Formats: sequence, C-alpha cells, structure tokens
Amino acid sequence: MIRRILSTAALEFRIALRNRWVAIATCLMVVFALVLAAAGAAPTGDIGADRLSVVVASLTSLAVYLVPLLALLMSFDAVAGEVERGTLPLLLTYPVARAEVLAGKLVAHMAILALAVGAGYGAAALAAVWTDPASTAGLPALWRLMWSSTLLGATFLGAGYALSSIARRPSGAAGLAVGLWLGLVVLYDLGLLALIVADGGGGFTTEVLPVALLANPADAFRLFNLSAAQATAAAAGVGGAAATIPLWQSALSVLVWPLAALGLAIAAFRKVTP
Amino acid sequence: MTSTLTISRLTKRFQGVEALAEVSLDLGPGMRVALLGHNGAGKSTMMKIILGLIPFDAGEVRVCGAAPGSSQARMQVAYLPENAAFHPALTGEEQIRHYLSLRGESPRRAMELLERVGLAKAARRRIGTYSKGMRQRVGLAQTLIGRPRLLVLDEPTSGLDPVSRRDFYALLDGLAAEGAAILLSSHVLTEVEARTDRILILSQGRLVAEGTLAELRRRAALPVGLTVTPADGAAGALAAALPQARLAGDGMLHLACAQDEKLGLLARIAGLGAQVADLDVIPPSLEDIYSHFSRRDGQ
Repeated sequence: MIRRILSTAALEFRIALRNRWVAIATCLMVVFALVLAAAGAAPTGDIGADRLSVVVASLTSLAVYLVPLLALLMSFDAVAGEVERGTLPLLLTYPVARAEVLAGKLVAHMAILALAVGAGYGAAALAAVWTDPASTAGLPALWRLMWSSTLLGATFLGAGYALSSIARRPSGAAGLAVGLWLGLVVLYDLGLLALIVADGGGGFTTEVLPVALLANPADAFRLFNLSAAQATAAAAGVGGAAATIPLWQSALSVLVWPLAALGLAIAAFRKVTP
Repeated sequence: MTSTLTISRLTKRFQGVEALAEVSLDLGPGMRVALLGHNGAGKSTMMKIILGLIPFDAGEVRVCGAAPGSSQARMQVAYLPENAAFHPALTGEEQIRHYLSLRGESPRRAMELLERVGLAKAARRRIGTYSKGMRQRVGLAQTLIGRPRLLVLDEPTSGLDPVSRRDFYALLDGLAAEGAAILLSSHVLTEVEARTDRILILSQGRLVAEGTLAELRRRAALPVGLTVTPADGAAGALAAALPQARLAGDGMLHLACAQDEKLGLLARIAGLGAQVADLDVIPPSLEDIYSHFSRRDGQ
C-alpha cells in the first residue's frame, strides 16, 4: 500500500514540477512573505513584541487567503483532469484502491505546499532576524504557523479533490473551487461580521460565533495561530474572538479538518464511474 | 483447466435501454477471442463490466474465479483502453515505471517492456510529443506487466501501421502460448481472421454469433463468388455455356453459387478448356459474414 501511494506521490510531484506548480507556489509565497516582512516592520516599537512575532501575525492573515487558494488550484484538476484526459479507466483497473490514489496525490501536493510555505516563511523569518536579533523568540510561533498552514492546505486539497470528483469536468471543478474559496475565506467572515453588528453583543456573539469560527477551517486556523502566539495584540480582525475560545478547540479543528476533507474526497471519488 | 473468464446471462441497461442482453461467454487459458460489433453494439460496455469499471444489472461474471473489479481480479487482468491516454507531461519510461510499481513489480523493468513494443528510443521523451501509434504502444507495454491471466484489449490495433500490427499479434501469440486468455475487440475484421481462435459477434447488445471462422462461414452459408476470364474472342461462347453468369463491363464473367455447388461448377468451367483464360474463386469475406450475422438481428 505504502509503495503504491509513494509511487503515485512521486509521479504527481513530477507532474507538478513540469507544470511549474512548484515554482509558482514557492515564488508566490516568498514574494508575499517578504513584502509582509518589510511592511510589517513599522509597528514593532509600539507593542513591545519582537519583530518575528509581528511578522508571524501578518503571515497568518496572508496564509488564510493564499494557502487555500494554492491548494484549490492544485487539486481541482486531480480527478476531473484524469476523467477528461481519459486516463482514469486504465488507472482504476490496476490493483490500487481509490483511497490510495488520492492519498498519493495528497502527499505530493502537501509536499509542494510545505515547500512553498517553508520557503516563504523562512525568507520572512531570515529578514526579521537579520534586522532584530531578538526575533528568535518568535521562532516557535513561526514553526507552528508552518505546520498549521500545511494542514490548512491539506483541508483545501481534500475539498478540491471532492469538488473535482463531483464536477467530473475541469472547468466545472475550477468554478466550484473558486466558489468554495470565496465562500469559506471571504464571504463567511463578512457574513459573521454582519451578524455580529446586527446582534449587538447578544446571544449570537457569545454562543453561535465561537462555533461558527471553529466550523470554518480557515477561521480555525487563524484563531489557532493568533491565540497561540504572543502577538495577539498585533493582529486585527478576529483577534478579540481568539481570546474567548480555548486553544485546544481551535487546535482540534485544525487537526480534524484535513481528515474530514480527505474522507469527503474519498467518498466523492468512489462515486465516480469512469 | 478452469476458465479464466466466465460470463453467464449478463444484462446491462442504461436508462431503460438494454446495452447487453443475456450475453454468455466462456474463455479458457490461452484462448484468443475477437469481439466484433458495430459502434454501440456493447463491446466496450462488456469490457468495462469485465474490468469492474461499471456495474451490471443481471447475470454473473467471474474473472479468474473472483468478482470483476475485486483486487484479486485486478491483480490478474490487464487492460488496454481504446485510444490509450496518459499524462502528457510524463515520459513513457516514467509512466511505465509507475504502472510497474502499482502492480508490485520492479520499476527497473520499464525499459525492457518498452523495448518489447519498440519504444526504447522514445522512452525518455514526454508522452505529449508521441504519435497516436506510440501512445498505443505505451498502452500495450503496460498490459505486459506481471504475467496477466486475462488481457482485455479494446481496439488494440487502432493507430498502428501494418508492420506494427503484425508485431503486435506476434506478441499476443506469445502471451497466449504462455496461457493468457485474450479478449480483443476490433473493427479491422480481416486481420482478426488469422489471429484468433474464436469470434463473437455482438449486435445491439446480443450475442448473435459465436464460433471459429470456419464454423461461422459454414453457418452463414453465403454464396461463393467466381470470376472467369474468357480467352480472346471466347466471351460470347463462354457466356452461352454459363447462362447463370453475368458479363461485366471489364469483359469478365461473374458467377455466384452455394457452397455445396462449388465443386461441380468448378468442374464444369474447367471442362470448357481453352475458352477459359483464368478463374478466381472468391470465398465470402469476413466482412460479408460479419454483416450477415449482425444484420440478421433486426437491422
């Protein structure tokens, strides 16, 4: 089983390398992270946190948008592309389980994301430590951001595979992927914000909001990193909410979502008739 | 010996329309069987059911003693899809290495397999640059992995030139000699003639004929054609001697007769002596036999 998964992963990684996905993802992350590292330098003096911790807070906001986008862009073609190219029927006559096929793709795509995230955050960290040697205090937060970003990516990779299986056509899958990204990463928060304003500190804000934040993998990721980091004060947006939700709950959401998404993807892929 | 593939009373419907109706088939080790039929006759559907890619509605299918699509069956079955497709960014060698790994074989055997199908030189080029025939060879190379007991080949020779076709059938003969059962579909009827042990004709989802070519020929009892070339100036006399003949514009006499009248007619023509310059006997072609059977069923 491991051999089949690794062979699939190696093949997918090679394809991503040739399609320049590895280069695109890494460049994108490095450029954005460096821009944030440079721009995030300004407020350091006011809040008394080390520079890297501030950068980590900015990188968290960046990752919430960029990591799901990269993951969906890499994954929407995973099943629909095989259907369109006509490569799926032959693959499914091999003694390989559908779950193994998806697991192989997931390993490859997660490796690419980890590489991109590592390079991007690493570059930002180097820039921070260069200008402020005390920044080494922020390294644990950076490490936490790296692995949780990869897990956030895994969640959206799984969601992308599921959408790819449901759509059966790459164009349809791309549309669904963009819709999911807009819905979960952009509109979801806007909706919550509107409800908070309308609620005026009532039952919604105290009872429903924490659950709603934990239910969305992107929000849970943000909560987890902000409530774990020292630099909560430096963050904007849901920083206030982060204080009221225990760390273990957001950590659990960050850990459980990738598994749930992969489960969904496998269930959807099993329904595909080549 | 036990059968490699047993199908009994297989029925498959697509939205109420019968794609396959009560098809039965038995395929033993080393047998080469050709599946013929029009587009939409049910050939690909039947193959996909045997491979476990699509479910069926009634009947029973056993592949190497297991259910179609079960991992035990998949271990022993190789498939070549119609128009074999692969990811264009991979090289032929990388693709075959992956397939070897999936079957639990050493990826190092990839070059050897590609050599067997005559693709060694292009092995390190991307499949995106391959011609249709080359892609078909990659597909063929992957069917050779791991000594399959059953090969299911959907129009395997489409896109191959005549020489490659001959090589391909030679490869199949080798596999059959080692005990693999082979089920292949084809539109190129004349080439199947010499290369298969049994022919099945599907028409509108029904098995309308089954047997060796000689059996089918006998059962169809199609007339034999004869073409007589008259000697110079003897056309008129010859036409009078053979009243059932039709004198064509090219000066030849065309006749048709039933199988059992053939020898008598030949003797009569031979008896005409010097009036006859040449004589050709044209047995019904496989195309004729094929259309005879596939038309008989409601077409």
